[in-house]
Order: sequence, then C-alpha cells, then structure tokens
Amino acid sequence: MNLGALFSGGKDSTFAIYLAKECGYHVSCLISIISKNPYSYMFHTPSISKVEQQATALGIPLLVHETKGEKEKELLDLEVAIKRAKAQYGIEGIITGAIESTYQASRIQKICNALDIECFNPLWQKDQFELLEDLIQNKFEVVITAAAAYPLDASWLGKKMDLEFIRQIKPLHEKYKINPAGEGGEFETFVLDCPMFKNGLKILNTRIVSIDNNHRMEVTVG
Amino acid sequence: MILVVNVCFEKLHYFEFVKPIEDILRNGGLEYSTIHYTQISEKDISLADSIIICGTSLRDDDFFNKTEEFSWIKNINKPVLGICAGMHMIGLLFGGELKRDTEIGFYEESFRSFLGLEDSEQVYHLHNNYIDFFHMKEFEVFSKGRIPQAVKHRDKELYGILFHPEVRQKSLILNFCSKNNL
Repeated sequence: MNLGALFSGGKDSTFAIYLAKECGYHVSCLISIISKNPYSYMFHTPSISKVEQQATALGIPLLVHETKGEKEKELLDLEVAIKRAKAQYGIEGIITGAIESTYQASRIQKICNALDIECFNPLWQKDQFELLEDLIQNKFEVVITAAAAYPLDASWLGKKMDLEFIRQIKPLHEKYKINPAGEGGEFETFVLDCPMFKNGLKILNTRIVSIDNNHRMEVTVG
Repeated sequence: MILVVNVCFEKLHYFEFVKPIEDILRNGGLEYSTIHYTQISEKDISLADSIIICGTSLRDDDFFNKTEEFSWIKNINKPVLGICAGMHMIGLLFGGELKRDTEIGFYEESFRSFLGLEDSEQVYHLHNNYIDFFHMKEFEVFSKGRIPQAVKHRDKELYGILFHPEVRQKSLILNFCSKNNL
C-alpha cells in the first residue's frame, strides 16, 4: 500500500514511518503542515522549516502546505494537503505519529474516512517510556527543540533522548506528571538521524527564544 | 490463557488495535496469545480460557467477507469479548443486521451496569457500521442510546462493545477477565 506520512520532523512521526517501512509499506510522500500559529492545536511548529533536509535524508518527496493555524479551520488546510498528496502521489492511506491525542487522531480519521483512504496510527496508546526505549534501541538520534512545562526550562533544549534523558524525565513524570514523550505539549523534538536516513544531520547553529515558561530552540542543520 | 484475536487485514494496524489490548493484559499480569483470525485452529480455541476479538480501522473490513472464519463463535461455551469489529462478527454470526452509521471520536454514552461501566461515560468511537442488537432476542443491550454500544448474550458469556475501551476504559478489559476468574 502506498502511504503518505504526516511529518513534523519530530520523533513520533518519524518513528511511525519507521514502523510502516518495517511492515513493508511504501511511503511515497511526507506531508508537512507549516502553521503560522506557534501554538497550533494540530501541528508541531518548532524547526519545521528543517523538514526539507530530513526529507532529503529520508529520500522521500516532501509536500509542504501552509495554514494560519486557526482552530478547526486548520483542519480544512490539512484536508487540502492530503487531497494534494492523493492526487500527486496516489496515496491510499496516511500514517500519523498520534499517541494519546484524541483531538488530533479523531480529526485525521474523519478526513481520511471522507477521502476514502486508510489511516494508520501505529503509536496509538503506546506506553511512552516504551516509545523512548524503542527510539534508543533503534538508534534514533533525537534532540529536544522546545520545552513548555514547569519544571522543564531552557537547559533542556538540545538534550538528546538517551538513557540519561529517561533517567532525568522519570522523576519529573512521577512528581509533576510530565509526559515522558511530550505528548501533552511539554516538549517537542527533532530527529537528527535514524536508520532510514541516508546521512545523519548535524546541528550547526542554534537560536534560543524564551518567553515566560515557553522555550524554543531554532536549529540550523547540515 | 487469553486468546487475543487479530482481525486486521493491514499488518500495520496491529500496533493500533491489537497491541494496546495486549499491553493492558500484560500490565494486568495476564497471560495471552495473539493469533490472526484466519489462522485460528480448534486447538487454539480449546486452549483458551477466554477470547478477546479486537477491532480494526474504519476501512479495514476484509473480515466481513470471511464470516466463516468466525463460525466457532456460534457454538463456543467460553467467555468472549468482541470489540467493534469483534462485536460485529458476534452479531452477524447470530443473524444480526449490519447497519451503516459513522461515529468517530469521543461520545457521551449511558450504560446500565456492564463490566464496570455505570451511568454516563465518554467513550471513543471509530466505526462506520453497527449491528442492530435491539432486534435480536438472544442478546440484552446494556446501553441506552440509539445505537447498541454494549451487549451480552442472555445465556452465554458473549459480550460485545462498539467503542474502543483501550482509549479510556482500559479497566473494562480487566473486568472482563476478572469476571471470568482469569
């Protein structure tokens, strides 16, 4: 089956593609939604302009679609983007990295159902510590690019998701209910390398912007 | 041992519709074995203490063309829980009528006492079809809405739920297992 992947450049959408490929599916395009609203309800925003380099590393064509990021209206933009992918690449289904968000998952399910295509959410309801361990075991190199929940601060930006990260996030999960996979928007991630990349990416420059308890790291990669 | 039945045609759907059920059983300390519905043998059924038939995606409905693969449901005397697609198959095997109605996302549903469900609960729906259990005398409906959400055979331990308990009613799975002393 020919699939399109909703792709933010973060760990979840990338690992979902990995699972699809491991199961023998062909991923013919990546669909990235560039939201002008940094607090989009549906889409991750940090470092999304870098997805072009990730798409090149993956060797999968990238379809970029812009949205103003207004609640519910951005769903229309997503539908347009999926329709474009269906027409351009003949996709028969969509893969997402949704884990817990029923808001996100149910809306994508409705769009796919209306367009008569399959919807795959291979990380759905996955234990988030298990996901972190899977990423490490499968040699995904992932860094934190945004932190937005106390007690996470700017010092977490750029941290790699490794065994040390799990050791540090576990007590915060127990004490502050920080979701270890950032599913509640606590943090966002960027994949620098994984087994599907032809060449890994390196961080060349970073720019950190902090507003109140919201910290973001824009990265230049090469 | 609990037999978990995978009804997904698409291999990738295992992660979304079967693994979450396995995780609930594993975290509950319960032993299970998962088999695709096309590969279930009489021995698999005889070895199982109870059976959970998982759901699948909105468009992954190849199982409707292979009703005969589920014929064991008709004569079984073991506890069976059918989730969404599994509920459809239980209903079809007992002569129920498949009707079209799409529900996706959280819905508030009202229940009479059913595997730990009481009164109103938000349940996660993902279906394009349902079985009209209201007209099936062998089954009792435990939900109050227009579409049967929770049913049980009047004489057998055959349960069906239309919603996906792996999202917000994980304890329902364990209640099914503990009710049957597993």
